Amino acid sequence: MIWARRGLIAFTLLFLGLFLLVPLASVLAEALRKGAGAYFSALADPEAMSAIRLTLISAAIAVPASVLFGVSAAWAVARFRFPGKSLLVTLIDLPFAVSPVVAGLVLVLVFGMQGWLGPALSRLGVRVIFAVPGIILATIFVSFPFVARGLIPLMQEQGDEEEQAAMLLGASGWQIFWRITMPKIRWGILYGVILCSARAMGEFGAVSVVSGHIRGKTNTIPLHVEILYNEYNFVGSFAVASLLVLVAIGTLAAKSGLEWKLRRDLRKSQEESA
Amino acid sequence: MFAKRGVLPGFGLTFGFTVLWLSALVLVPLSFLFLRAASLSWPEFVRTVTEPRALASYRVTLFTSLAAATLNALAGPVVAWTLVRFDFPGRRLLDAIVDLPFALPTAVSGIALTAVYAKNGWIGSWLDKFGVAVAFTPIGIIVALTFIGLPFVVRTLQPAIEDLDPSVEEAAGILGASPWQTFRRVIAPALLPSLLTGFALAFARALGEYGSVIFISGNMPLKTEITPLLIVNKLEQFDYAGATAIGAVQLTASFLLLFAINGIQWWAARKTAGPENA
Repeated sequence: MIWARRGLIAFTLLFLGLFLLVPLASVLAEALRKGAGAYFSALADPEAMSAIRLTLISAAIAVPASVLFGVSAAWAVARFRFPGKSLLVTLIDLPFAVSPVVAGLVLVLVFGMQGWLGPALSRLGVRVIFAVPGIILATIFVSFPFVARGLIPLMQEQGDEEEQAAMLLGASGWQIFWRITMPKIRWGILYGVILCSARAMGEFGAVSVVSGHIRGKTNTIPLHVEILYNEYNFVGSFAVASLLVLVAIGTLAAKSGLEWKLRRDLRKSQEESA
Repeated sequence: MFAKRGVLPGFGLTFGFTVLWLSALVLVPLSFLFLRAASLSWPEFVRTVTEPRALASYRVTLFTSLAAATLNALAGPVVAWTLVRFDFPGRRLLDAIVDLPFALPTAVSGIALTAVYAKNGWIGSWLDKFGVAVAFTPIGIIVALTFIGLPFVVRTLQPAIEDLDPSVEEAAGILGASPWQTFRRVIAPALLPSLLTGFALAFARALGEYGSVIFISGNMPLKTEITPLLIVNKLEQFDYAGATAIGAVQLTASFLLLFAINGIQWWAARKTAGPENA
């Protein structure tokens, strides 16, 4: 059995190493191929800076949107009975099932100049496709379900006895939410926020379709990586990509740290109730 | 009908907001795609979705997605089993790394895999000695889709393996079962529903994947052009009708798989609940 065990561990190390760690290391190696000077000058480039700015702006809008939607959806789904609930939960997951390219395509069909609302909006002077609002909409579309899909099972598991007790004691709806529910779900919200920001900063397909790739205007970090790569500026492309690698590593660290904490809290509360 | 809904306040507000949000952002735009596809004439629609370049893209997409999901269904159980059952140095680090394909933007995965598997790359140069080309061939697409799909299989299997009671395996051994029999008769049936779910999730994700594939695939029409890329190419040539038609096919495939996945999960829940609870 010891040989079977060693064999399985060796296979896992080799498989994850080859498929996950080697590509990760290659980004850093390619980025530093021409030395630290070339690396930092690629990052300080004005177009790179404007891509970083736009990525941060869209994440700063998409993440609160995900929290607002997630808390609302979880309250409705986990605290009440109504017909069609499982259909509603499936609909929340739908953006994950749809190809990012199709997500971008429907935004073009609705808001583009050949589209449904595009001509009317352009008469009002609003441009969505090939402009910043389209990028923000695409980012929201692909990232909004994260908070909801974490909170719904969490709140279903926690039950609503404490909320009911607060209501019997005369608390208003907002008091119940802020004083009772919020302290119980804040780590769950943070978990969703971590996943949502990683996706919001990294989305490529949907954003690529609606952006029009206007340099210095509608470029996000992942799109900037693509442009530099297609221009054979590999050092620049991998240097900018290394920023996203750092975000990804930070995401994984925060995620596993939080999972560890949530599991410990759960064990503690089980021991207290036992 | 409102009597048994629940006692807490806030149903109207939260339910209304949730439904409004989903309608405005998801339901109406996605239905609009089908509406636009339906406004094409039927012969035109059929001609667009069955032109040789489209058919070749479905073939490439389906074949590579199936191959990648199968690879993950073979390697995923080993990885999940090792991470759950064995303790060894670096286990928690490896466990965290499994989510890398979720956390790493697809464009970065794409250029990284291309750099590694190109003819002058770390792994590509070694494979080249054996005459195997990965980048810019269908094999490269399979590599990218295996990377993207891995966490789906491992993460669905891990809780199922945690739920297995090792004493049942011991009992099988004491009753005279060989390790192979224990695996076939005790472990495999218990893990099958999760494995199927993970396979279907990885397959569904692979069908729609774009960012990680387009760098490594070479994008040759009829050979290594995946369907999502065909949609993008049609949009870039301002062929909105063509993009809409192919997009409707792509979206229909996603819906069918979503139904299949829900079906598998329903079947799995019934199976684990046992006949007396079904």
